Amino acid sequence: MSEDIFQGYKGKALEILKKYNVRVWGQATIETTRGVFTGTVLPRAENDDDKHIVLKIITGYNIGIDIITIKDMKETGYQKANYKIPEKEFPYTKGMPSVKLFGTGGTIASRLDYRTGAVIPAFSPGELYGAVPELADICNLTTEKIFAVFSENMGPEQYKALAIAIGKEIENGIDGIIIGHGTDTLGHTAAALTFMIQDSPIPIVLVGSQRSSDRPSSDAALNLMHAAYTAGHSDIAEVMVCMFGPTSDEYGFLHRGTRVRKMHSSYRSTFRTIGDVPLATVKRGEVKPIKKDYNPRRKDRKVKILPYFEEKVTIVYYYPNMQPDIIDSLVDNGYKGIVIAGTGLGHVNKPIYDAIERASKKGVHIYMTVQTLWGFVHMFVYDTGRDLMAKGVIPAENMIPEVAYIKLGWALGQTNDPKKVKEIMLTPINDETTSREPYNGYLIYQGGVPEVEEFIKKFRK
Amino acid sequence: MKKDKSPESIEFTPQKNYEQTRQEIGYVPRKKATKADYERIGFMSGLEVHQQLKTKEKLFCHCPAGIFHNHNDYNAEIIRHMRPTLSELGEYDGTALMEYKTRKEIVYRINNKTACTYEIDDTPPFKVDREALEYALEISLLCKLNIVGEVHITRKQYLDGSIPTGFQRTAILGVEGEIPLKNKKVRLIQLSIEEDSCREISDIRHTRIYKTDRLGMPLIETVTYPEMYTPDELKEAAEYIRFLNRSTGRVRVGSGAGREDVNVSCKGGTRVEIKGVSYNKLIPELSHNEAFRQWALLNVRNKLNDIIKDTSKWKIQHQEIDYRDFDLKYEPIIEGLIDKYRIIAVNLSNFKGILSHFTQPGKIFADEIADRLKVIACLERPNMIHSEELNPKVIEENFSKIKELFNASENDAQIIFWAPDKDIPTALETIEERCKMAFKGVPKETRKSFSDGTTIFERVLPGADRMYPDTDSAPIPLEDKYIEKLSKTVPTDVIDRYNQLKKWNIPEDTYTFIFRNNLYPLIEKIIKDLKLNPVFVGTFIGHRLKFVEGHYESANNFEYDKIYDLLKYLIDKKLEIQLSKKMLPVVYQYPKMDFDSILTSINFKPLPKEEIVSKIPFLKQKFQEIKISNDDQVAKHWIMGELQKTAVGNIAPDQLAKAIEEN
Repeated sequence: MSEDIFQGYKGKALEILKKYNVRVWGQATIETTRGVFTGTVLPRAENDDDKHIVLKIITGYNIGIDIITIKDMKETGYQKANYKIPEKEFPYTKGMPSVKLFGTGGTIASRLDYRTGAVIPAFSPGELYGAVPELADICNLTTEKIFAVFSENMGPEQYKALAIAIGKEIENGIDGIIIGHGTDTLGHTAAALTFMIQDSPIPIVLVGSQRSSDRPSSDAALNLMHAAYTAGHSDIAEVMVCMFGPTSDEYGFLHRGTRVRKMHSSYRSTFRTIGDVPLATVKRGEVKPIKKDYNPRRKDRKVKILPYFEEKVTIVYYYPNMQPDIIDSLVDNGYKGIVIAGTGLGHVNKPIYDAIERASKKGVHIYMTVQTLWGFVHMFVYDTGRDLMAKGVIPAENMIPEVAYIKLGWALGQTNDPKKVKEIMLTPINDETTSREPYNGYLIYQGGVPEVEEFIKKFRK
Repeated sequence: MKKDKSPESIEFTPQKNYEQTRQEIGYVPRKKATKADYERIGFMSGLEVHQQLKTKEKLFCHCPAGIFHNHNDYNAEIIRHMRPTLSELGEYDGTALMEYKTRKEIVYRINNKTACTYEIDDTPPFKVDREALEYALEISLLCKLNIVGEVHITRKQYLDGSIPTGFQRTAILGVEGEIPLKNKKVRLIQLSIEEDSCREISDIRHTRIYKTDRLGMPLIETVTYPEMYTPDELKEAAEYIRFLNRSTGRVRVGSGAGREDVNVSCKGGTRVEIKGVSYNKLIPELSHNEAFRQWALLNVRNKLNDIIKDTSKWKIQHQEIDYRDFDLKYEPIIEGLIDKYRIIAVNLSNFKGILSHFTQPGKIFADEIADRLKVIACLERPNMIHSEELNPKVIEENFSKIKELFNASENDAQIIFWAPDKDIPTALETIEERCKMAFKGVPKETRKSFSDGTTIFERVLPGADRMYPDTDSAPIPLEDKYIEKLSKTVPTDVIDRYNQLKKWNIPEDTYTFIFRNNLYPLIEKIIKDLKLNPVFVGTFIGHRLKFVEGHYESANNFEYDKIYDLLKYLIDKKLEIQLSKKMLPVVYQYPKMDFDSILTSINFKPLPKEEIVSKIPFLKQKFQEIKISNDDQVAKHWIMGELQKTAVGNIAPDQLAKAIEEN
């Protein structure tokens, strides 16, 4: 078995290590034109250059040595780091709900290898218990790593596999499901599962973290506790996203899987319900519904699993001066469904009308959504809208563009009949379109306004 | 009642015990301590000197650095709870555990002027501030450190909440340097660049409030080896590092801009870190007392180990007591009752004479327990009373009754504390833990300092396993070319400057003022450009300016360069240089006023020397008339006095004296 004793080193740096016979994890004394350095040689991150060698010095800090300054180098010892996350048996408590956690690859709980800086995901119940012992006071937890992909690589295959796996768990009598997921496409998966798992008798909670759990200030542990409580105890039997409400460590929101969107690249409170209010707030020991009309938890095990998806579906984000060849090339490449994120009430410019007409005639299903995210598509208001509808574009009401994409893929996975597809698309399964938009469904307040400032100061947004 | 007691127990009083234990360990006040005393207790110390850099922006975001707010000047608050992360060995770090036990809610006050989403950990770091890096490298070069080839940003965990991420981003720039003291060289372990932490507003019960203005400002930390063997040596090293930092002109000055962590141990003791000492003048007293505190704790250890056979089995006993059964008329207890606090009595077997054992001037072992109750169990002081108070708070019969309650022996000691329900388990744990630590000696901890030279427990000293790479930042290469370029601009060494001042015969009592304010470059420039007498320049700055600073209010915009302008003005105008002494207070108070106006304001009229000299014969005659004395010297002094007002600035005193003799 050949082991990589020069882990991550390449090019000139690798040559130097070989020349002086110093391995990764070797304790080395390096004589350079800048003086003598001693420490343990660490693996090098793959994307870093080949001009430096990384040392962990005695005080615990890492430094890099420029190889052109090296005069001599000696390995004086060797100690390979063997890093394992500690495991403690997850205690079983009679009378507590049983909850299943599916891992998809996002690191809901992880630990950093102090020596290499590599993130090691904690996943087995024992590892999770070691990291978040409070979970044992909430539920009896079992886990299953269903796949290991980054959030951005989650796709139809994963949606289907998840839906089927969850269906089985429901049949087997589980009280709640948690899905650990990277946050980038958490909303997409939530929508897909809403369509693929219908009439669930139990809560299905998707959860992630915006700050990795190797940080003391991570949101992971609290999110996980909120998710576990929701899955095990809440009365809301829907597909939900459970993430921070405010950026403070205070409470989480439960968002309906079809109306939720990641709205900030790095904030903890990044997930927001669009065009409506969230389902509920969650704290440890309490789920407080905001919406009264939700699907309640049931004792039965009747659930519909509909794992379908047509992959040849896309979103086109319209911009001024978009050329018709964009649409044409999609058709030429065999796309069966297009969701347009149009401007304003659902518009695109004239030059692409013909392309849309061509696509429609070839049987491509085209649905219109709004890139404003909030509000309905209203294609009757202007001529342009009416023209577009005449050319085969179907307005998708107030469906979020990404949700419309997921739903169209799911619909086309079941049928190609335009009428049936339209019926599926426009019949809401769980509020992906709503009949009305409440006045408090759109709240993007702007800073600087005295009342807003007062609110922020008082209520820790 | 007293007759049947043994002689020792009759004699025992906490006050006497305090005195006696103080003598036992051979405590001497610092003023009387000699080198031999420090050798006896094995005094050893090192420094971590923190110094803010004078940059425009913060280290990892683009917020301005150096703007500060009042406590209540904020736009928003954010709450966080810090969670310990597991250490490498699967154990929680001691500090981590302690901070977690405290169940603190951390509140951050954010002002939009000085904090963005980075400070509160809602945005990853931006690229490191190049200005800060450059300044820090200049100082590293001055410290003769081996400069690293590549800077790796590292995370250093802090769970007290002082940094919202729970870690400080920090990076080593150089290792293995040295600084020269008068009689020895002190080696440096390393110099790092790091982000400054939040400033604490309050820490009451379970809520700690911080403000985020200072958070993220660039800071350097210079770490010495523990090679200082007396408090004075320690102070000398601290001063040298401070002066070295200031000699670059790249650092901030003023309250809190430079802070020292002082590491102290005694023979058989352990490294204890006194945190955030802002004034170097406090260092000797603080380190002296800390070494003796450790020496005292070792004495406590020996006493306990002598009397307790199996310390591993030692436990506290506790019982809730009813206020009505006792005579506890002590304000804090009564106030606690209003908040439904419960009162708990604790028996510490074989701790008689330990609670009142001397630890620091005016402090006893019981304070070690009370301080931990405050920090760990979040019980505000006063949080307990005990059977060996130097100034009893309640009548002593209470403790006799409690002794009965526990069926305690004569050698036991007792504590009464009061706390809310929720905090009682932690409080009991804390008391037992601290007592058990006494069997081992000196606990590893960081301590907070007071200006009287004493310290209190701040937190458990963090372990080594709290450093890990920052996955959010790429390493920064430092090429030879860049380092060479920087080497060309670094100032001369402080030690060389010190020697030059000596060569110029400038009196030594001016040096601290000169280095503290980085005035050497100004002195050098004046001597070189204006060709003035070095002793005059040195004392003008080291004595006169220091006096003026101490006695007058300055406008904010007074800058030291103004002194150069002042002296040059006098030379250009061919005015007597001594006039500068009279002008300085005005310049200092009104730096915008032009020098001509200043001359008018001090009633100076330029007169030719001849005109002044021409008055001498008249005054000589006048002196003859009043005839106080026949002594020529008296006559000379009298005439000089008469002429002084008009002479200052027009004729040098020695010239005037000569003129009086000659005319």
